Amino acid sequence: MGNQDLRRGLFGGSKTLLVFADRSVSFILLLGISLGILFLSLLLITVFIDGWARLSPSFLTNPPSATPSKAGIYPALLGSIWVVGLAAIIAVPIGVAAALYLTEFSKNERLRNLIYFNLTNLAGVPSVVYGLVGLSLLVYTLGLGRSVIAGATALAFLILPVIVVASVEAIKAVPELHKLGAYALGATKLQVIAKIILPEALPGILTGSILSISRAIGEAAPLLVISGLLFIRDAPRGIFDEFTVMPLQIFNWISRPQPEMRELSAAGIIVLLALLLMMNAAAIVLRNKLQKRVIE
Amino acid sequence: MEMDGSREDSFITTRLSEKLVGLGLLGTALLTIAALIVIMATLIVESASFFREVSPLEFIFGTEWTALFADKKFGAVPLLVGTLLTSGVAIGLSATVGLGSAIYLSEYASPRVRAVIKPVLEILAGIPTVVYGYFAIYTITPLLKSSLFPDISFYNALAAGLAMGVMIIPTVASLSEDALYAVPETLRHAAYSLGARKIQVIFKVVVPAALSGIIASFILGLARAVGETMIVAIAAGFRPILTLNPLEAVQTMTAYIAQVSTGDAPHGTIEYQSIFAVGLYLFFMVMLLNLVGNLVVRKWGIKT
Repeated sequence: MGNQDLRRGLFGGSKTLLVFADRSVSFILLLGISLGILFLSLLLITVFIDGWARLSPSFLTNPPSATPSKAGIYPALLGSIWVVGLAAIIAVPIGVAAALYLTEFSKNERLRNLIYFNLTNLAGVPSVVYGLVGLSLLVYTLGLGRSVIAGATALAFLILPVIVVASVEAIKAVPELHKLGAYALGATKLQVIAKIILPEALPGILTGSILSISRAIGEAAPLLVISGLLFIRDAPRGIFDEFTVMPLQIFNWISRPQPEMRELSAAGIIVLLALLLMMNAAAIVLRNKLQKRVIE
Repeated sequence: MEMDGSREDSFITTRLSEKLVGLGLLGTALLTIAALIVIMATLIVESASFFREVSPLEFIFGTEWTALFADKKFGAVPLLVGTLLTSGVAIGLSATVGLGSAIYLSEYASPRVRAVIKPVLEILAGIPTVVYGYFAIYTITPLLKSSLFPDISFYNALAAGLAMGVMIIPTVASLSEDALYAVPETLRHAAYSLGARKIQVIFKVVVPAALSGIIASFILGLARAVGETMIVAIAAGFRPILTLNPLEAVQTMTAYIAQVSTGDAPHGTIEYQSIFAVGLYLFFMVMLLNLVGNLVVRKWGIKT
């Protein structure tokens, strides 16, 4: 068998066609990626064209209303801050604690692997299922009603796996030498955790937490099941009040046929996206700042 | 002497507090396991009261779903088919674009291009799902109607599926890219030394070597599409009719849960219980997909 035959056997095909395909394939692939980016731009442009006219200071400070010119997103904005803020207060300490156990305390390899495996599974549970469990367990069995605390608890468990995994990564990245140095100076394990590990892992933990919180801000399905899409005119004043959040208010506007409602939903989306953008920027700035301090 | 004693004491307190803190932290770690057990238990307990009224066989094989009418039939096949229809469209789009992006990023892109494209693709995953719903109903459907399908319904499986597909592109792209990236460089060099062109190296060596990881990325992407709620609740409709035509309105399992939730079904009624039965069905489907996908990634995806 000649060399040429061998070549054809493994990688057969006409030469001119191959040369052409070879040159065009990277172009086609780039076109594919551009499709994703094109979708993104199209989406942002549509939303801005539709919603720009409705954006005004009063849109941020007014309650929703049947009169579109007076309608605003205030109760939903406050509701999002209440629910997601409370979810973070519940989930971040639990997540960091679980990560500390997994990295610094656990000696049982099998238990550790079981917990990691379980975290992967938990992260895969559809978000609407968290709503169903919250509805049955928190709203009815525990009698919390369709309240801020019920929504926040369901969201907390939804974002918990992300926070644990991000915190584990951040803690693992702390150099072993820093810990050994502290131990050599006579520090106890708890001192090493409090003075070395947590401060050095803080940027990573914060970044992971902020990113999971921004996911929670956009989350609608579990809160739809728990809150039941009530028409809410007042912002919550406490954790047992009824609530709505921005994605639910937007969903409410989208599901109405009038064109004004469509503009309102687009304006709501702009506010939501602006908030997410600010959170992500904050995560980046915070990480850069804290990282610098640790290095100094 | 005295000093030694106090040292001993502080040593014991230190050990003790370490143990206590360790136990407390163990508790939080175990909480994550408890969460999954509680989720399953709740779904099963609530569904049990539903399945006392409706036979599981009718639920799984019945082809009529009229849960919200006076004459109630609970055959979940239309919901299942609606779910598979929208998810099928979604995975069709995200597999093509996602795998293409992964091949480009791993085999062609310069580090600078990579550094720009990767974060932009990641943005797609971070956009809230209601925004995709808006996009499906007010951008994709009108575009389809004016170009290819003049007869398309206002609510339809195709537009909802396409919007979900865009959302899942980053999932498929990043997992596939990991798999392609993990293919040893020596395999590429060996193929080049046999005289293969770049396109042959990619499609006859690298992609086949990474195939298990690529398939896993499709399975995990599909799992996300099946569990997605808001996009289909906004854009696919609330019409639980058995159809395979993606231009018509359908109802997915998740959209049914959303519909009953917006209607405020009273606690304890059969409608209320039915969302838990549908939720349990959904849970098992998604968990099975995730399990298979993650097993493939763990067992064959990284090593190749």
